[in-house]
Amino acid sequence: MDKTLPNLPTAVAGIRDGMTVMIGGFGGSGAPIELIHALIDRYVATGHPKGLTVVNNNAGNGHVGLAALIEVGMVAKLICSFPRSADPVVFTERYLAGQIELELVPQGTLAERIRAGGAGIPAFYTPTSYGTDLAKGKPVEVFEGRSYVQERWLKADYALVKAHLGDRLGNLTYRMAARNFNPLMCMAAANTIVQVSRMVAPGEIDPETVITPGIFVQGVVEIPHPAQEETLNRDGASYPEVAA
Amino acid sequence: MTSRLSPSQMAWRAAQDIEDGAYVNLGIGFPEMVAKFQPSGRQAIFHTENGILGFGEAPPHGEEDWDLINAGKKAVTLKPGTAFFHHADSFAMVRGGHLDVAILGAYEVAETGDLANWSTGPKGVPAVGGAMDLVHGARRVAVITDHVTKDGKPKLLQRCTLPLTGVGCVTRVYSSHAVIDVFNGRFVLREKLPSFTLGALQSMTGATLHLDGPAADLVVPDL
Repeated sequence: MDKTLPNLPTAVAGIRDGMTVMIGGFGGSGAPIELIHALIDRYVATGHPKGLTVVNNNAGNGHVGLAALIEVGMVAKLICSFPRSADPVVFTERYLAGQIELELVPQGTLAERIRAGGAGIPAFYTPTSYGTDLAKGKPVEVFEGRSYVQERWLKADYALVKAHLGDRLGNLTYRMAARNFNPLMCMAAANTIVQVSRMVAPGEIDPETVITPGIFVQGVVEIPHPAQEETLNRDGASYPEVAA
Repeated sequence: MTSRLSPSQMAWRAAQDIEDGAYVNLGIGFPEMVAKFQPSGRQAIFHTENGILGFGEAPPHGEEDWDLINAGKKAVTLKPGTAFFHHADSFAMVRGGHLDVAILGAYEVAETGDLANWSTGPKGVPAVGGAMDLVHGARRVAVITDHVTKDGKPKLLQRCTLPLTGVGCVTRVYSSHAVIDVFNGRFVLREKLPSFTLGALQSMTGATLHLDGPAADLVVPDL
């Protein structure tokens, strides 16, 4: 078995118009910048994929990564908890102009919906959002005297994820708080594509320290020294790069 | 005489109520400052939604590691005993009732304990983050807020006018002028700035302030 992908274009080749794509990361930590930019390259060259529904905690920052994906016009709908950032201008302008749909989900509910999607649990009850606008239209039930809101699982056609170490079987580790939503999204997507900072031989990751077991991963591409969103934004970067 | 507490002073006051060994989540903004004012001899363990328990303060400028950030996307540091975990485990800590204290910001707080802090209405971009989970998870849900809005309107009300974050969830308010408990659907004044009479404070508050014994003086250091 070898899930290694030769390059970035191959890694994102299967994503088609209208698909739901989970993109890992919380802010810049754990964000698969190179995979996102490879997807933008494909769109710039071919006009596809477009009309995507993207699942991420945020809505991008500056003009790189997820913000760039929105800026070039590939995203029809965003499912997220916190569409604000240091520089949220790209999403904000499109949202206020009615050009992008937003499904706002409380952060813990978003994580659990993704987890449930990966675990084969179609719905669950949570106290979160009870009595608020975000619970409107959802079934409510009382358990042990307290009211809970029914939430549905969230699944995706693809997940694009960044991890630290990976092997050809798809076993992954993450670096510090770059773990965040990534292990959950690996479970919830039919096709999980991972960029790892270093490929190692099977067995080099101590089995005790594997965070995502390879069964949840379909493809791994090695990107040494990945770009960090915060650093790109500090330098005023934008993608695709504008020719001077 | 102090006419209002600064955000640092509100954070300092809130920090005095955090017991040794407490697991604490601090919201983005003013509440984040609470960590700086832990009383000596007490150790609280800070939780952040993006998967860290027991992180330390900000690193020196230029030494940030952007894989080591808090929920406000600010760089933090490791301390002995730090633990990392994914988002579902992070919110199991919240929703499962394992946190002792959550401290959040507020647009409005009602005497019923209702909180509004995520949406200013249909004209802006709403952003809820982890707030709706936190208000139902922690054993104590406290709010740090200015007592009135920038244009002088009360933020402590009989009923919230903005979209709710949670129903009946707030247990204590640390405002720029007072410390107020929410108990049985009423605001109970515990402490107030000595420079304000009860009547003056009441006139800045959109619901009745009840007394349970005399209100103590709210005294904080210059910060």
